[in-house]
Amino acid sequence: MTEPLPRPPKKDPQKRTMTPTSPPHARSRKGIVFSTFAAEGRLALQTCAACKHVIYPAREICPKCWSMDLQWQDIPDGGELIAETTLRTSVNTYFRERMPWRIGTVKLDAGPMVLAHIHGDVGEYERVKMIARTDKSGQGVLLALPEKETANMADDKQLRSLTCDPKHRRILVTDGRTELGQCTVDALVAAGASKIFVGIAEEWRPYPGSAELAKIPGVEIMPLDVTDTISVNELAGEIGGKTDILVNTAEHVRPGAAMQRHGILTARDEMETNYFGLMRLIQAFGPGMRGRGADGDNSACAWVNLLSVYALSNWPVYGTTTASQAAAYSLSQCLRGEFAGSGVKVVNVLFGPLEESWRQPLPPPKVTPKRLADTIVDALRQGIENVTLGPVAEDIVRRFKDDPFVLERELTQAQQGQAV
Amino acid sequence: MARKKFKRAGYAGVVVAAPVSVPYERFSPEPAHWWLARALSELGKRTGLSPEDIDGLCVSSFTLFPDTAAGITQHFGLTPRWLDHVPTGGASGVITLRRAARAVQSGDANIVACIAGDTNHVDSFRAMLTTFSRFSQDASYPYGSGGPNGSFSLMTSHHMKSCGTQREDFGKICVAQRVNALQYPDALMKSPLTLEQYMDARLIADPIVLFDCVMPCAGAEAYVVMREDDAQANNLPYANILSTIERHNAFPDDPVQIRGGWALDKDEFWSMAGVKPDQVDLLQTYDDYPVISVMQMEDLGFCEKGAASEFIQANTLTYDGTFPHNTSGGQLSVGQAGAAGGFLGLVEAIRQLTGEAGENAVPDARIAAVSGFGIINFDRGLCSGAALLERGKND
Repeated sequence: MTEPLPRPPKKDPQKRTMTPTSPPHARSRKGIVFSTFAAEGRLALQTCAACKHVIYPAREICPKCWSMDLQWQDIPDGGELIAETTLRTSVNTYFRERMPWRIGTVKLDAGPMVLAHIHGDVGEYERVKMIARTDKSGQGVLLALPEKETANMADDKQLRSLTCDPKHRRILVTDGRTELGQCTVDALVAAGASKIFVGIAEEWRPYPGSAELAKIPGVEIMPLDVTDTISVNELAGEIGGKTDILVNTAEHVRPGAAMQRHGILTARDEMETNYFGLMRLIQAFGPGMRGRGADGDNSACAWVNLLSVYALSNWPVYGTTTASQAAAYSLSQCLRGEFAGSGVKVVNVLFGPLEESWRQPLPPPKVTPKRLADTIVDALRQGIENVTLGPVAEDIVRRFKDDPFVLERELTQAQQGQAV
Repeated sequence: MARKKFKRAGYAGVVVAAPVSVPYERFSPEPAHWWLARALSELGKRTGLSPEDIDGLCVSSFTLFPDTAAGITQHFGLTPRWLDHVPTGGASGVITLRRAARAVQSGDANIVACIAGDTNHVDSFRAMLTTFSRFSQDASYPYGSGGPNGSFSLMTSHHMKSCGTQREDFGKICVAQRVNALQYPDALMKSPLTLEQYMDARLIADPIVLFDCVMPCAGAEAYVVMREDDAQANNLPYANILSTIERHNAFPDDPVQIRGGWALDKDEFWSMAGVKPDQVDLLQTYDDYPVISVMQMEDLGFCEKGAASEFIQANTLTYDGTFPHNTSGGQLSVGQAGAAGGFLGLVEAIRQLTGEAGENAVPDARIAAVSGFGIINFDRGLCSGAALLERGKND
């Protein structure tokens, strides 16, 4: 059984911080498709449309019937461990630093044999439950878990290397003034975070929940205004070296399209928080986190962006806000590039209309702040990078994957005939 | 598809000669070209053949990039009318022999020089593993990057579980090969090895220990394929080819590799030669790990599948033993020089059958079996091949 992970000791500032190394990153183009599903936490393999054969490793042709119509499909996650080994040497630096390392051959219930990482609680020749996740290189890998949950199983070395578990980690929530920010703090506390820094801009301004927030053990209220470069830099100077996870809950949302605005004042406010706010956080906290991707059991591991699903395609009802969120989404992709190889995951949660005051007139279904907060923590615990939350977001993402140009027409032409 | 019965042609009149092994080095700053060149140069010295005499060339190498056999013709001053580049790694010796023999038999070439070689720079083994194959990049290298140690440890544990082989059996193979290597001048491993040392050795990937693993190195091997009457006219000692087989991606649905293509083709292998396993005087297996040698012994019919433990324990495996095996020490004790590792057993077999095996000569060796195995593309070796050779009549 997995030993519970002890709380990491206070860092000795005289000791050198381990430089992040990376497991192998190279993949074929089809291998990257596998990684894309793994980033969503999905176990999907190619299935031959003609003969239903499930195929692994990813190919260009069905080896049974030569059909080239291979569809990626979610497959049953059961399997059986039929051979295993414990590696004690590796030519790759990342693994070499983490030996011994358990791998094995799993016969999937869906058919193929796969090579996989093996969780420490899986017994010899036992049945297993497979998951696909991105590893520290950002590429998808398979891990065999015990079929039934075991005690402390999230603390297993090989599983924890794929997740961003908040347990024993120090987390910055950038805006604690909102219900979303406070729900996020609650969920992170429940997940075992050792310290939660909560950013509050203009602390003299009262806000609901402030007294309760300050009382939560492990919570530290910090002055932070993401629209103010000096404020962001000062906070990073104080806690940047011990921020393991950053959850950016700051947002500025206003209804309205471009022609409904007079001048660019509102649009600039949206950009100041949603785009430049993210930019300031990246510049202030990014380099420190990137350098601490392998810093022991509480290494830096995740950067969470909360993005309206309309970041994918403009929705004129919130036209200028969506534009700033599209800019933020694009910057999050840039951040992924900059974090590549560091072991820090960029977790993007695309959500549908949130149950909060600036989205009050929108019809249901909506996402409650608590649900969004729980989803963030679940994604961190599972190591999932791309999350779509709520029926509206799921619908938009589905249409986006199907054809982004059709989606653009659907979202923009729906406005015709409506009163301006 | 409907298909009429067709009998494969034998290799009458085609022979192998001029076994050349370039002494291996653990690391070399020279490129693969240098190692292949040295093998060819040595071949010329040994046989008196000049660049004009060679009208066929077959090359096997992993580290020749950016060149292939084509570029080598210009580099080495050859104008061959038949050319091949064999990418089958550990099976390349036997497969090169098959290609070259048919070329000579049909008259497409008169004398084919077969050369294999690779260099080993300080970081080239890691670099090769990183880019070895698409399937390995996608589906095996990211899992701990143990390289072949990882894949073969799974095969070894599976073989032990399914076939009852013991670590002592693998140990006996390794120890016997070390005995052979102590007398083979070019072996890199020169300290004696005992079974106790093997059993107590450092674990590399359970159940594989240090002595189960080959040492990557630089080296080259070569031989020629020519017509028997040409060999006789030039007083070159040679061996005849009695039969050969090759197979790729055999038994793809076996969950973990427990057999290779030999098991599909062994009946033809023996019947083509008109020889039975007990008439074989020496066996050269591809020994990247001892479990693969065991698999070849089983699949070629020297013992039943699952009876290898008993077979190994009932025999002595040194060059002077009851079942002479990997008589130069094999890759386990000589070193693994990339694609040259696929030639090592074949070249040693030719030495044995042409009276050039020196202190390691198997007494009165007449028939040798050679087997190859290569290309761990994902989870298993894809290529297998084997050849039966007989001492030539002019020796």
